[in-house]
Amino acid sequence: MKRKIVQAFSAIITNANIQGFLKGTIYKGKFKNICVPGLNCYSCPGALGSCPIGSLQAVLGSYKYKISFYVSGLILLFGGLLGRWICGWLCPFGLLQELLYKIPIKKVKLKGNLQKLRWIKYVVLAVFVIILPLFVTNIAGYGSPAFCKYICPAGTIEAALPLILADSSLLLGVGWLFFLKVSIALAVVISSMIIFRPFCRILCPLGAIYGWLNKISLYQMEIDTDLCTSCGRCQEQCKLDIEIYKNPTSAECIRCGECIPVCPTQAITSGIKFRKKPQSTEDKII
Amino acid sequence: MKRKTIYGMSIIIIAVGMIIFGIFREEAVDVFNKAIRICLECIGIGWLL
Repeated sequence: MKRKIVQAFSAIITNANIQGFLKGTIYKGKFKNICVPGLNCYSCPGALGSCPIGSLQAVLGSYKYKISFYVSGLILLFGGLLGRWICGWLCPFGLLQELLYKIPIKKVKLKGNLQKLRWIKYVVLAVFVIILPLFVTNIAGYGSPAFCKYICPAGTIEAALPLILADSSLLLGVGWLFFLKVSIALAVVISSMIIFRPFCRILCPLGAIYGWLNKISLYQMEIDTDLCTSCGRCQEQCKLDIEIYKNPTSAECIRCGECIPVCPTQAITSGIKFRKKPQSTEDKII
Repeated sequence: MKRKTIYGMSIIIIAVGMIIFGIFREEAVDVFNKAIRICLECIGIGWLL
């Protein structure tokens, strides 16, 4: 419940330009200089900040730069501090998928070979966010924001649909690309009803970056090996089916914390901890 | 201090340096200019308005 409140608060704060939804316009103020930590389309009428993945492609695709210190630095800062806690607690598109998952129909867990689908997001990051914007350029030297253009369902749901609803003249620009994107968005919406956060797990390039940073971020999940009995209750509770007692720094863990209260020995903790746990008395004697 | 914490702190220090360098290179201006226009290409409709 506490997490849902934080997620809702984050979604509202990052999309607080309410009049944009009514007028079919977007916010053009100074906050757009800064990227928000989660995936949130900057063409969304409500968006106050910039999407880190959209901004990364914009700078990489610019004829002036080709390396983005500013946006990469912001993503590293967010991820270095919190890792995928951002996905679990701050990302508006993650919240949308979780709300869809609450629809009471049969659920499916991604197990066994299906878990390998997670590698797709790393390919999406490399190909659509980095390689295509960098190397496939137009005559003026600008690269195409390939992830936003061909894949991102957040852009379709948060930006394209509200803008078309507010200004039907935009329908004149609709073509095969729009139908491709609507199909992907529909697939994500429907699969979110039966699989927990499928976009975050399979396609999200931001989740791929934060997943790497989960290993070293200041915010960590930790297992007290003296207390853990490897009973597996944490994994049973985990909607992402992570063996948290074996791998608390898993790149897939969104730090939702649902495993913490179910641990019978309170072996799981989370937070920002700077110091090592003091050695037990036995260890010291040995 | 934990080794992981040292790595995390190093990443954050590097990140802050990159942000400052990026601001000096006026990358933030590019981000701003992109973000204040409805990017129709980005949302699957057409080209930049």
